[in-house]
Amino acid sequence: MSIFNKISQSLNIANSHGIIRRYFVVNGFDGALTMLGLMLGFAFTENSDFHIALNVCMAAAIALAISGVSSAYVSESSERSRALSQLQRSMLIDLTDSSHGRAAKWVPMIVALVNGLSPLCICLLILSPIWLANRGVNFTVSPYLVAIGVAFFLMFLLGVFLGLTAGSSGLWGGVRTLLIGFVTVGLIYLFAGL
Amino acid sequence: MINIRKLVLDVLKPLEPDIIDFSSAIALANDGINIHVVVSELDKNTETLRITISGQGLDVNRIKCAIEEAGASLHSIDEVEVENVTPSITA
Repeated sequence: MSIFNKISQSLNIANSHGIIRRYFVVNGFDGALTMLGLMLGFAFTENSDFHIALNVCMAAAIALAISGVSSAYVSESSERSRALSQLQRSMLIDLTDSSHGRAAKWVPMIVALVNGLSPLCICLLILSPIWLANRGVNFTVSPYLVAIGVAFFLMFLLGVFLGLTAGSSGLWGGVRTLLIGFVTVGLIYLFAGL
Repeated sequence: MINIRKLVLDVLKPLEPDIIDFSSAIALANDGINIHVVVSELDKNTETLRITISGQGLDVNRIKCAIEEAGASLHSIDEVEVENVTPSITA
């Protein structure tokens, strides 16, 4: 059996597709909103240096990724171990070498990777205009505004994904997450006094 | 040559994988076998199955391995059908 088949079997046995989807959206949304906030801060700061903005945002993106990987791994592995020992008590056998034992080992790793990589990838996509500007690429508008646009676009896509997953309207799902983004912008404007 | 043609097994398995995936996994253990599964008891985390496997030259060890690999436990072999096949001598 190939490694992909084993992973797929483990995910099926642990019924983890839903958890992975949830973690992907929740932490991806965290990453998008964090970057949106930072971009707004830099956009309204006079003479903000692209290099500083890039470093600050990269640090935040890496911290989000590490937080995602570690928190998901710790919680999922304890959850899977508990489920495995419960099953072993019911079966009265050791399941370490069975597909259930493998699922208890693999699923926390996969969930942790998704939980960590989802905000990292989204943050990197949002940061790409700043990275390009730092490399000397000229934009007709402020690269921060482009990054904010990318953030809103990705949040919309996450909403569409959620809507389609729920079997409802993808467009309404996207509009809902956009509204959350606009509320965030409003609150930042209100409290940070930009 | 001894040839096992039919086995009736009493197996306890977790609810996952379901009986379709479970019986398919057992079917992969032996070529040309026919599997009939009946759920005889259902609990919160487990189910008890009565599995009838028929075919030519059943490999009990491979079937047992496939059952254990799926996280199930073979409780007993309740029926068996064995034949002694005399190899035909061709001139």
